[in-house]
Amino acid sequence: MNKVIEGLCYSKSHEYVRVEGNIGIIGISDYAQHALGNVVYVDMPDVDDEVEAGEEFGAVESVKAASDLIAPVSGTVVEVNEALADKPELLNEDAYENWIIKVEMCNKDELNNLMDAKAYADFCDKQ
Amino acid sequence: MENKRTCLYDRHVKAGALISPFAGFDMPIQYSDIASEHNAVRTDCGVFDVSHMGEVWVTGPDAERYVQHIFTNDVAGAPAGKVFYGMMCRPDGGTVDDLLVYKMGDRSFFLVINAANIDKDVAWMQSHTEGFDITLDHASDRYAQIAVQGPNAERVMEEVLGIPCAELAFYTAKTIGDTIVSRTGYTGEDGFEVYGSSDYVCRLWDLLADSHRCTPCGLGCRDTLRFEVGLPLYGDELSDDISPIMAGLGMFCKTDKPEFIGREELARQKADGVERKVVGIRLDDKAIPRHGYPVCTTEGETIGEVTTGYRSISTGQSVCMALIDSRYAKLGTAVDVQIRKKTFHGTVVKKRFYEKHYKK
Repeated sequence: MNKVIEGLCYSKSHEYVRVEGNIGIIGISDYAQHALGNVVYVDMPDVDDEVEAGEEFGAVESVKAASDLIAPVSGTVVEVNEALADKPELLNEDAYENWIIKVEMCNKDELNNLMDAKAYADFCDKQ
Repeated sequence: MENKRTCLYDRHVKAGALISPFAGFDMPIQYSDIASEHNAVRTDCGVFDVSHMGEVWVTGPDAERYVQHIFTNDVAGAPAGKVFYGMMCRPDGGTVDDLLVYKMGDRSFFLVINAANIDKDVAWMQSHTEGFDITLDHASDRYAQIAVQGPNAERVMEEVLGIPCAELAFYTAKTIGDTIVSRTGYTGEDGFEVYGSSDYVCRLWDLLADSHRCTPCGLGCRDTLRFEVGLPLYGDELSDDISPIMAGLGMFCKTDKPEFIGREELARQKADGVERKVVGIRLDDKAIPRHGYPVCTTEGETIGEVTTGYRSISTGQSVCMALIDSRYAKLGTAVDVQIRKKTFHGTVVKKRFYEKHYKK
């Protein structure tokens, strides 16, 4: 079953942002982890790297393929989930619990370009 | 145009397999997950639907002479039942396909070719029959095929399928009625390939499924398994532009044979060397090198690209095969691989990342 959490903002490329003040906590949705299958590697940016909405900021890899991670919002990376370096499979266990990066957002208006939970759930149904 | 389906397709769907197009067929990529299926073959027994592969019978008084003409390996004087691996090459040394040749009799050869190359190979073969008293019988539609692979394959073949095969030596085949069974495979483990009618192969598949002693395995792990033991995949490590010599497969090109298509050029490549070679590379890091990623010198000069790459399931290392400038092909050479925007350090190593366990 596709798990979609209320209160998050979702992109068409299946990333989400959880907003906490000025910080955007970014990860991939349950739909994405299920489509990927077992994650074997997560390619993450470094702290202080800039990410740009709509641009690739890393990758999630399954056995067979690498999938680009597309930033849903722009900003500066303030934290990277180091646990994923040793245990990339955490993304399969709980995609929402195990975020990938936290960014200091520079343009919160970009959140308006994303979908809410209901819109995203509908979007997934049409995939 | 719709994709073709093997006789086992409905079973794959019912088993919940992820189906994807491959070589014009809707094929199962995985049933559970690639790593589990891969490990089942390495430690126990797995079965692959490989019915999409192509088969061509070459029969007639000149069958052996014809096979010797189009095939790089040497089948002269072989006993019936011997199986050979080799290539068909163009005069410029480029590879038409890699294939298995089964000598079934003095005037009877069974050729097994890659699914992706069936039309090309058959046309190639047909264009070279002039002067040979032979019949080419393109039989792909008449044969379904499964591969039973793993350390327990022999027991499963005998006890579950009732196919006696313990006495079959490595790279030999026998017929049971219209069925051909060989001790061959593409996994690096002991195993068998069975070619038969759709009805028969479907029955075998059902016996295996009901026994719970054999894991259904898809094309996903078929690639990870062959890659780990250094076996090439046509399209990646062999192609019109990649000769067997470049791929490190010169031992299957018997350039001492009086003649075959491509012999002169392959002999020259053996003698003079080649500009590019397929090598193994092991990365120092966990990052995963994949098909198409650039390979560079440690100074950043591009010298080639990755042909196949994975985090090896059996060894845990990030490794790849790559076609690179021969000057950097020596074992132990430090090279870099570019993965997305970053550069990762690695070392040229043998392509056999994991040891084979053939029953020889």
